[in-house]
Amino acid sequence: MKAAPLLFGLLALIAWEAVVRAGNVPPYIVPGPVAIVAAFAAGPLSLLTALASTLVVTFIALAVAAVLGALLAFAMSVSRLAQAAIQPWAVVLQVTPIVAIVPLVIIWVGYLVTSPRISTLITLVVSATIVAFFPIFANTAEGLASAPAELGDLFRLYGGGRWQTLALLRLPAALPYFLTGLRISGGLALVGAVVAEFVAGSGGFASGLAYTIQEAGFRLQVPRMFAALVLLSLAGIAINLGLGALARFVLRRRGMA
Amino acid sequence: MLTIRSVGRRFPGGVEALRDVSLRLGAGDFLALLGPSGCGKSTLLRLIAGLDRPDAGSLDWDAGHALAPGDAGFVFQDATLLPWATAEDNVFLPLRLRGMSRPRAMPAVREALAHVGLGGFEKARPRTLSGGMRMRVSIARALVTRPRLLLMDEPFAALDEFTRHKLQADLLALWRELGCTIVFVTHSIYEACFLARRIVLMTPRPGRVAREMASALAHGADTRLDPAYAALVAEVSRSMERALEAG
Repeated sequence: MKAAPLLFGLLALIAWEAVVRAGNVPPYIVPGPVAIVAAFAAGPLSLLTALASTLVVTFIALAVAAVLGALLAFAMSVSRLAQAAIQPWAVVLQVTPIVAIVPLVIIWVGYLVTSPRISTLITLVVSATIVAFFPIFANTAEGLASAPAELGDLFRLYGGGRWQTLALLRLPAALPYFLTGLRISGGLALVGAVVAEFVAGSGGFASGLAYTIQEAGFRLQVPRMFAALVLLSLAGIAINLGLGALARFVLRRRGMA
Repeated sequence: MLTIRSVGRRFPGGVEALRDVSLRLGAGDFLALLGPSGCGKSTLLRLIAGLDRPDAGSLDWDAGHALAPGDAGFVFQDATLLPWATAEDNVFLPLRLRGMSRPRAMPAVREALAHVGLGGFEKARPRTLSGGMRMRVSIARALVTRPRLLLMDEPFAALDEFTRHKLQADLLALWRELGCTIVFVTHSIYEACFLARRIVLMTPRPGRVAREMASALAHGADTRLDPAYAALVAEVSRSMERALEAG
C-alpha cells in the first residue's frame, strides 16, 4: 500500500516516455522524463541557484507572515476594538488576487527603496507574505478562542486574571492551530514567491525559478521549463512535509499528539 | 451555609432555566440535584459557584461562608484538563492562579493526587491516562485548595459502569474524610441514591424543585445489594415519575 503512489508515479513516467517516443513528439512541445532529467543535468547549478533564490524569498516571507499573523491574531484576541479594526482588512487581503497587488507593491517599494537589487527582494517578500499571512492569522485567531468554555470557567472560579488566562490557557491552546496555519502557509509562501517573480520579473535580484521558467519558455527550452517545474514541486512537497514533521515533533513534546 | 431564595434564571433567547427555586444548603451536606436533561440543575450549580447570576431571587451565604476563590472546587462532566500539562501541573493550576509558587504548592498537589489514588502518576500527561484516571486528576484539582464546597456536574456520566462504581465509592470515602459540603448534579437515580444524603428532585421547562428526599442509607461494603438502597431507588423513581407527570 505504501509503495502504491511511487509505483503509480513510476508507471506514469514510463508510459509518458513511451508515448513521447512512439509518437515522435518533439521535445519543444512535450519532452519525455529522460529529456527533462538531461536538461537538469546540463545546467544543475543555475537551476539550483534559482531554486535557492526562490526559497530565500519563501522562507523570509513565511517567517514574516508567522510573526505578523500571530501578533495580529493575538491583538484581536485581547481587544474587541482591534478585532473590529483588523478582521475585515485581513479578509480583503485574503480575497484580493495577489497577481493584481504585485504591480502596486513594485511601485511602492521602488519608491521607498532605491537599490534595485534590494527593492526586488522586498517586493517578492512582501507579495509572498501577503499570500502566506492569512492561514496563520486565521488559524491562530481560532486557536486563541478554542479552549473549552469549562476551562475558562475554571480560571474564573479560581480568580485567574486576563493575562493568566492568556498565558496559561489560550496561548498554549492556540499552538496546534498556529502550527497547522504555518504548514498551510508554507506552501502558499512558495506559491506567492513564484507568482510575484512572474509579475515582477527579476530586476537586480538573483533570479528565481519562475524567472527561469519564463526565460526558458522564451527560448523554447521546454525540457528546462519542466526541470524547473519539477524542482518547484519538490520544494513545495519538502516544505509541506518538513512543517508537518515540525508540528508533530512540537506537539508530541507537549503531550498533545 | 447557603440559602437559595426564589431564584429564577432566564437565558437570552427566552429559555427559562430556573423558576422560583428555593433550597437550603448546610455545612457538611451531600446533596444531589437529580433530574432529566434541561431541568436547570447545571444552571443552579453554576449559580452556586458564582459563574452565573440569577435574574430573580437571591443566593444568601451565611455570615463567614461567602465564597472566596479556592473555597469551592468545581468538577465538570469532562475532566477538562490542560492537555499539555502533566497531572501534577493540572492539579497545581488552582494554586498557581492564586499566585502560589511551585515548590510551596507541591506538597498539597502530591497530597491531592494521593487522595484520589493517583500517587505515582504525577508526571503523566492526560493523553496517557484512562477516562477514570483523568476524572481523578480533575477531582484532585478541585480538592487541592481544600475547598469547603465541592460542586460536581455529572462528573461520572461519561465513564463506564465499573469505573463509575469505583469512583462513587471513593468519592463517599473522601467526603467522610474531608468533611466538605458536596453538591452533586446527576440524571441517574441510582447514583443520587447511592451517594447523597439529600436528594433534590427537579423537573424541566421551567426548571423547578419538585420534591426533596432524605436518605438514611448506611454505607457498607454491599450498599448496592442492600434492600434499603433498592427501596430508596424505587421511592425516588416513583416520586420522579409523579413529579414529571404533574409538571
